[in-house]
Amino acid sequence: MTVLLPEPVFEEVWHGQLFALTVLLNEAGHFSWADWAKKFGISLKKHGFDRELNGGEDYFTAWLDALEGFLTETNMTGQKDLVLIKEAWKTAYLSTPHGAPVSLK
Amino acid sequence: MPDDVHDSKHAHSVLPSDPTLRVKALETLLIRKGLIDPTALDAIIDTYQNKIGPKNGAKVIARAWSDLAFYDRLISDATGAVADLGFHGRQGEHIIALQNTNEIHNMVVCTLCSCYPWPLLGIPPTWYKSDAYRARTVREPRKVLAEFGVALPSETSVRVWDSTAELRYLVVPQRPKGTKGWREEQLAALITRDSMIGTGFPKDAQ
Repeated sequence: MTVLLPEPVFEEVWHGQLFALTVLLNEAGHFSWADWAKKFGISLKKHGFDRELNGGEDYFTAWLDALEGFLTETNMTGQKDLVLIKEAWKTAYLSTPHGAPVSLK
Repeated sequence: MPDDVHDSKHAHSVLPSDPTLRVKALETLLIRKGLIDPTALDAIIDTYQNKIGPKNGAKVIARAWSDLAFYDRLISDATGAVADLGFHGRQGEHIIALQNTNEIHNMVVCTLCSCYPWPLLGIPPTWYKSDAYRARTVREPRKVLAEFGVALPSETSVRVWDSTAELRYLVVPQRPKGTKGWREEQLAALITRDSMIGTGFPKDAQ
């Protein structure tokens, strides 16, 4: 195990965004933190089944999978909708000139 | 034309990573459904990036070292004691303070995921979230401590506490020698994040 030097709170922007989304949903009463922790724990186990997670990018990838799955199971979001919106964002990036703000049509 | 030369007419925005796009999709959908307030997102990120961190916990420990009545209250009712200093809120609803002594050294882990006392220590470091720490701390705490540079006398026993979504722990390290008469701010500067998780000691008095 390597003991790392001081690090940023969130290594990637999306880590912080994902964290904030989860906190907000919990605070709005959509799920309890205990239920979330259970789901997340299962996802971490799954992701770490055949390799050792380092607690960085792989940790938040497991978090993302857990949140998507949890919200789909509880019908707060649909997997199909998520894929469509993700593709729409991709198209928006690819059709927006470099430097201009990217937004969904 | 070489690959690294772009036709400016076709130059588009850089496509973000796949997880970035997935998070954007989640955020877009949740906002459209009215399930979250978009303005609150940035506020949460800012809070944990800039406002909450181990300095909060250090203030608590420095007060405990300076004020015996507060120390006793911290050990008997940590949630109430830290709330008196203004530290409360998410993931700090139920906190237990663990007293390090010559006989007992406490260390904290979360074997399920990464439960941690956010109001006092902020967001956990990467190593706290790693499989290596989460799995090995329970199995071989002394070895893990040695990797953090923490060597304990054989007569000191190690107690490992497994955090849960409901219960978070704060280790109260022993006050360093040579700090008699120090002000709380001076003491707080000696208290490290790791000393409040149990994977380190406070800095020595200089």
